[in-house]
Amino acid sequence: MSVLDVDALIDDPRTHVLVCCGSGGVGKTTTAASIAVRAAERGRKTVVLTIDPARRLAQALGLEELGNTPKQVAVDGFTPTGGLSAMMLDMRRTFDDMVIAHAGEVRADEVLSNPFYKTISSSFSGTQEYMAMEKLGQLAAEGTWDLIIVDTPPSRSALDFLDAPQRLSTALDGRMIKLLTGPVKAGGWGLRKVVSGAFGLFAKAVSTIVGGQLLADASAFVQAFDGMFGGFRERARKTYELLRSSGTAFIVVAAPEPDALREASYFVERLEAESMPLAGLVVNRTHPVLAHLPSAKALAAAENLEAAGKAPLASAVLRLHADRVALAQRERRLVNRFTKAHPSVALAHVPAMATDVHDIHGLRAIGERLAGSAT
Amino acid sequence: MTTPVVGWTEQIARARLHVVSGKGGTGKSTVAGALALALSTGGRRVLLVEVEGRQGIAQLFDTQPLPYSEEKVATTPGGGEVRALHVDVEAALMEYLAMFYNLGFAGRTLRKMGAIEFATTLAPGLRDVLLTGKIKECVTRTDDTGRHVYDAVVVDAPPTGRIVKFLDVTKAMADLAKVGPIKGQSDGVVRLLHSGDTAVHLVTLLEEMPVRETVEAVGELDGADLRPGAIILNRVRPHRLPTRSVTAAADGRVDAGRVRDGLVAAGLALADDVVEGLVAETVEHAVRVQAEQRAREQLAEVDLPAVELADLVDGVDPAALYELAEAMVEQGVR
Repeated sequence: MSVLDVDALIDDPRTHVLVCCGSGGVGKTTTAASIAVRAAERGRKTVVLTIDPARRLAQALGLEELGNTPKQVAVDGFTPTGGLSAMMLDMRRTFDDMVIAHAGEVRADEVLSNPFYKTISSSFSGTQEYMAMEKLGQLAAEGTWDLIIVDTPPSRSALDFLDAPQRLSTALDGRMIKLLTGPVKAGGWGLRKVVSGAFGLFAKAVSTIVGGQLLADASAFVQAFDGMFGGFRERARKTYELLRSSGTAFIVVAAPEPDALREASYFVERLEAESMPLAGLVVNRTHPVLAHLPSAKALAAAENLEAAGKAPLASAVLRLHADRVALAQRERRLVNRFTKAHPSVALAHVPAMATDVHDIHGLRAIGERLAGSAT
Repeated sequence: MTTPVVGWTEQIARARLHVVSGKGGTGKSTVAGALALALSTGGRRVLLVEVEGRQGIAQLFDTQPLPYSEEKVATTPGGGEVRALHVDVEAALMEYLAMFYNLGFAGRTLRKMGAIEFATTLAPGLRDVLLTGKIKECVTRTDDTGRHVYDAVVVDAPPTGRIVKFLDVTKAMADLAKVGPIKGQSDGVVRLLHSGDTAVHLVTLLEEMPVRETVEAVGELDGADLRPGAIILNRVRPHRLPTRSVTAAADGRVDAGRVRDGLVAAGLALADDVVEGLVAETVEHAVRVQAEQRAREQLAEVDLPAVELADLVDGVDPAALYELAEAMVEQGVR
């Protein structure tokens, strides 16, 4: 099993983009922020793009509200040699900016005021992922930063953000909407006839279900959007290429739990399939044993003390130690299952902090634990 | 313990639709599976429904990935039975359309072309409308004799952040489609979900973030006139320290001398670094116990019945699921 050397990774001047991904609730955002703090203190000019940080983590980075541009992190006791900026993704504004940049003012107004655009830009399930990638593309194009660290949205599945641009493209592609709203052309050969006939019915069914007005809005939207489409595709392709370039590294974050590690496995396989550069897996919030004392021995001693009615503190200590040994064994078993399936993936373990982290000191401490795996 | 454990109230026991939500990572799928088993005790037939398309039920019960049909996944003593349904949104849409339009075999072709994916993209709520519609159909389905086919339906629902939107989507969509099939169906769905036949259970861990989300979700459910059922405290780990020692230990004050003396009395003469390690573990334990205590106090504010499930150190397999179900039954789940 190889070890993920985080310091070597962030110190390497060739590393320009670090993407932290993993399923929801594994501590992705905190990990991204911790690596950013560490990289900044080790001399890299760093920016961290967070998606949906817990309020107190956002405050730790001096982020009080969504700001769609990076802001320098100015917190007492934090004077990194490299410099650290942070931002929270504003999905809607990123989308608006993109439309304005591609459409010119007149058409942009038309698009921005369309009710269907409002739906797509605020509640379509892939929009956040797409906009995170768009923002990454923008930050990379600015060329201001040595290192860009990106957190990925808390998706249901860790893979969503790779697929989102494609899904959104399909949704905005004019082909479908024309089939649903345009007149059904008769004629042609057999199957096509049947299918377009069915499409007529289907279109009717869909418009009954979603409402005719929504379809009309969607149609107007797609028409207004049509010319911009090439530009959007081109940008999505560029970001995809950036993700595959040698200056990018992916860090997959997982908790030592079956579900999170299963997602991590899918993700690792997917990155391999897309030839995307994987740096390694961070197993977050582990509970290593701190005292070398076999569990059976501890339990036997605890039972002795309890039977004699002596030393309640010592017997409690022995029992909680036995609990911890069992927990550490479970975690090790789960991680071993992962490494058996993916023997070449480098690992770093981050022992759990006793309480939630909400300041720079906490982030620094996590960074130390993260780098500690390599020493 | 500050949370009043009143278990399963009469009101919850009367519900036929049990919606299980919770923050991601709290184990809501596991709890939904165990709840289905618990409710099937005593010869009842329960349907466990999965709506998020991740085949979690199949993994839970260690079966092949489920098709879009109601498959038996477990039996319980006394003739009880759990069936599982993995709702495939596209299949549900075809089924729904077939009720009103005769699409014939072209439906399959439409599916291949991505038309359905497109339709659900066009109206993001459509997906949830179909899911809740299917759930309602399962809850209200009757056999030839007019009896309900299922005594209870358990739904492994979307996480707390989306649960109210999910359950109330039909209401929102009903305004969009004022006529047509959706209107006729939506009234029934809204009525069921807002009635005493439905209880929304929230799974949480005794940790700060999940508890906060749970408290927020209860507020949102109340605000939407949906009925919160029970709080299910999952993966509760044992407390080992005497209560009076917790505060000091959490502050890092563990009397190492006393620990060492106790260990010697038990016949364990340990090296200094081992004792230091034990003390460090004790401090971490105490900090966790305190955090859990705070979490319980916060949960007590929402004043809902609670069910506790112990952490299973060996992880969850089908046998462990029965164990959790048993613990639920012991706490009054019926």
